Parts: sequence; C-alpha cells; structure tokens
Amino acid sequence: MAEYKGVTVYGELINGKLPSITTELLGCGRNLADDLKEDLSCLLLGDTVGETPKEAIAFGADKVYTVEDPSLKEYQADTYIQVAEKLAKETSPRIILMGQTSIGRDLASRLAFRLGTGLSTDCVDLSIDPETKLLRQTKPVYGGNAQAIFTCDIMPQMVTIRAKAMSPIDRDDSRKGEIIPTKVEIDLSQVRTKVIEKVKEEVTGVKLEDAPVIISGGRGIGGPEPFKTTLKELADVLHGAVGASRPPADNGWVPEAQHIGLTGKIVAPDIYIAIAISGASQHIAGCSGSKNIIAINKDPEANIFREAKFGVVGRYEEVVPALTKKVRELLAE
Amino acid sequence: MPEIKMIVCCKQVPDPEAPPVVFKVDSATNKVTLPPDVKPVIGQYDEFAMEAALKIKDKAGGKITILSLGNKLIRDVVKKTLAVGGDELILLEDEAFEESDSWSTVYALAMAIKKIGDYDLIFCGRQSSDWDAGQVGLGIAEILEIPAITLARKVELVDGKVKVERVIPDGYEVIEVGLPALITVTSELGSLRYAALKGIMVAAKKQPIIWKPTDIGIEPSQVGAAGRRVKLAELFQPVKEAKCEVIEGETSAEAGANLAIKLREAKII
Repeated sequence: MAEYKGVTVYGELINGKLPSITTELLGCGRNLADDLKEDLSCLLLGDTVGETPKEAIAFGADKVYTVEDPSLKEYQADTYIQVAEKLAKETSPRIILMGQTSIGRDLASRLAFRLGTGLSTDCVDLSIDPETKLLRQTKPVYGGNAQAIFTCDIMPQMVTIRAKAMSPIDRDDSRKGEIIPTKVEIDLSQVRTKVIEKVKEEVTGVKLEDAPVIISGGRGIGGPEPFKTTLKELADVLHGAVGASRPPADNGWVPEAQHIGLTGKIVAPDIYIAIAISGASQHIAGCSGSKNIIAINKDPEANIFREAKFGVVGRYEEVVPALTKKVRELLAE
Repeated sequence: MPEIKMIVCCKQVPDPEAPPVVFKVDSATNKVTLPPDVKPVIGQYDEFAMEAALKIKDKAGGKITILSLGNKLIRDVVKKTLAVGGDELILLEDEAFEESDSWSTVYALAMAIKKIGDYDLIFCGRQSSDWDAGQVGLGIAEILEIPAITLARKVELVDGKVKVERVIPDGYEVIEVGLPALITVTSELGSLRYAALKGIMVAAKKQPIIWKPTDIGIEPSQVGAAGRRVKLAELFQPVKEAKCEVIEGETSAEAGANLAIKLREAKII
C-alpha cells in the first residue's frame, strides 16, 4: 500500500493569476505541512499556467505540479477530474485541500468518491490532532446554526475551504521550490457534457468580493427599485458595492451575482451595512467575516442585531436617506 | 420518445427557517435539538429539485419517483412530494439508516436507484439543509457512472437530451448532456409549487413503498452510522457575545444621522 505523505493544494487560475482562494489554501496548507513536518505541493492546470507556479512557490509551495493541455482551458468536470484523479493516485498525499468555489464544490465530491475517501466541504478551520495526526475538519452545519468537527481515517483526507476563512502567508519571491511539469493523457471520449455557451451577467461598479464597503438589502426592501436608488446612493457615498440576501436574488430584484450568503458570495469587507435583512444563518455565513457589521431593521428582535456592532431600529426608507446625507456631510468636512 | 422516467431525491430535515435562537445542540450526544413546534420539512434545495422534475413533466409528461432515506419519516412531510405531482414515493426507512454521512447516504440511494433500474434523469438538491455538504448528487452519479451537472437554474428536454443552465460566478453556462444524467438544482430554479386540493387528495390515498437495506441488496453494516467514512468528533454552537450598540434618535431619520456621527467617532468611516 502506498504511503500517504504531504499536503496538496488543488489550485485554480483566473486570467493567468492565482486567485485569493488559492493563496489562502497555500497559506493554510503551509501551516498544516509544517505541523506534520512534510511537504506542501500544489497542482496547477490549464491550457497554459504561465508564471503561476513561481507565484505558488512564493506563497508557500515546496513543489508545483503543472499540467498544460488545450482541453483544460476552461473548467469541465469530465476533463479536470481525470487530472485530479491521476495526480492523487500517483502522488498519494495525506491531505488534499480545495476551495469551496464553483470549481472546487463541483470537483471535490467527484474526486472523493473516485478515491473512496471521505470529504468535508466548506471548512472554516483545520488543524492537526497532535495525537492521531489526523486532520480536524471544522465546518458550519445547519445553515450556520452550529459547527461540526469531522475526522477521517481513510487517506487521502479531503476538504474544501470557505473563501476568506484562511490567510495567505506573506509573498516571498526568494522562496525556493520545484516545478514539475506533468503529462496527463486526457481521454476526450470520457467527456459526456458539452458546454454550448457562457453567459455573463455583468454587475456594474465595484466588484462585491473586492469592495471594502458593502450595502446589502434583504426581503424587507420590498422590490428592485430601492437597490438602484436608496441603497446605491449610500454605496456611492462610501465607494462601496450593493449586495443582497437570498430573497431579493431569488425574486429577481438583483442579479444572482449580488447574492451574499452560504450559497452565494462570501464577503469580508471593512463595513457591511445590512438593511432590512433579518439575519438568517444562511446569510450570516456569507458576511460574518466582515470587520464591522451595521444593521438597520424595523424589527428590534431581528437576528441581525446579534451580529452587528451598531444598529438602528427603524424603517429603512427613513433611516437610510438621513444616514447617506449625514455621511456625505461628514466626509466632505 | 418513450415516457421519461425521473427520480428525485428528497431529505427530511429540521426546518432550516426556524429562528436561530431556538436552535440548540446537545453536545453529549452531538445531536441537534429543536422545540416540538418546529416541524421537519423537505430540505429547501430538494424542493427546488422536485420543482425541476415537475417543470419537465408539465411539458413532456413522464413519471416522477421520489426517493427519501431516513428513519421515522413523517408521512405528511414526505407525501408533500406526491401532493404536488409526484407519482411514486419510495422510502428507504430503517433504524440502520440513522446517522448516515454523505458516503453511506449515497451508497444506499445509488443501490435503490439500481433496483429501480429504469431511469432517465435524477434530480437532487444542491446540498442538504442540515449538513450542507453538497456531495450526495455527485456521489450518486459517480457510483452509477453517469454524467452529472451541478447548480442548475433551468432544465429542459431538447431532442432527447437535457439542456441545463448552470450557475457560475459571473453568470451561467448552458450545458447539454445525453440521458441518463444527474442534475443538482439551486434556488434560482424557483420555489416548489403549492399542492392543489386534488393533489392532496390523491396523495392521501397513496401509500409509500418501504425498502429496508436488504431490499436493495446491502447489509446494515454498509449503511447509516456503520457505513460512515467521516466521523463526527464534535458538534457545537459558536459562542456569540451580544454587543450591538443601538443608536437612538427622536425620529428614524435622526437615528440614521446619529448613526453616521457614531461611525465617524468610531473611525469606521
């Protein structure tokens, strides 16, 4: 039987760069590998991986396996899984880390079932049990109402990690590592799905994941208009972006790309102003990493006040325009 | 084309819309406790999966079989799937199915689907509303060796194939796949329709089919807690300190202005 050793990060590439989730995975993987006194590897795949292997080393990887193939240009489960499975079987890592992202959540379960091992998705904390050396996998459950710690004694131990839950290490371009170009024959006859088109639903203004300030509205907003007026005005004054909880997205008041929550975007801005949002656990899961949560709600019992640092109890139609006006005055001083 | 045969996997869960304050964990048993007035429901994502199957049936006809795994399933809860238009309800119901993880759930559901044998489309919710793992649909597809598409917001039958709009971070992609296939469904597909009175009456007369582990050719040791691949070490509720400072004012507008002043004082803006 193979000996399982080391930690492997399954990296992602966006526009030829490592996205923040991948540097977060490398930061987390570095700590785990150090605790185990083993190596941290990173898998990068695409039609071309460019300079990203060096970046991965600067962010903590000891080894980078690269797989370049024209068929890997865009994510497709049936091609990516072939690479993921082959690498896992040939390198037998003790731990595989993936992002709880569009790609990660689609790929990780397929891989776990092919490898016959367990998987914990959407983890927010990971540590090595000092006695058993097993990975303690902490993840929110019941829509964020509780947290569970799982362990798995089948190798490799697999997890996906929530965005913004882990920190990257400081980039150090003098770090040394090994880049290992790897050839994987991709069997295109195993590709059973066909992507016909990709449709972009553009969101104008500041991108939600990068915005330092987010003004977010919930079911209590009542319709699409206030997102474009009342909330947008406050966002503009603070150079922020407009987001929403799930009901406005499901009702089509805002595009799905603005949905913040367990099944939408995970954000962690400096200022998060939740307006007419009750604060269901599913929503809190998407914004609990924010530095300052501020709640405006007419219901003093709303759960959002349990999460907020400051709050106003009142109708948002009256509170928000006055807040916007005063903020504008204060910032102009 | 012959009648399309669909299977929808639905899980009975504690009501995820129950207010967070009533939600408690018994750390001695690692189990969730809820007050008796919070009734179990079909998982919200599984309801979207059911709606996806019904939308196909609206257009193309066909048969919908609902599969649900658990123990002591409440008939009024699981029969909702029949009341809205499902044709047949199969319950994998046994003590041995308790405390399943994704693996043991997938294994039992896949074996039940093999026993059903004849199917074109399998629908699952994108994740359960209790453990939020999101593995069951993909796991079933792996064991049955059929293609799977996740996060569908629209599913249509076109020329004997399935056309799916799959949600991606900046929009959606349109994917085509042959039958049989498995689709996991997300909230944008739309809420499950209400049951019509006629549907409720039809459902009341139908009895679910019950399968035990041996009926689907597996040993009790392969299901439930015994078949788990991940062990639950701890279940707990993160401690929250209530610390919200409520900003007052003579009027709501004044409170809004005072909030701005407070944020300035606290150097947040």
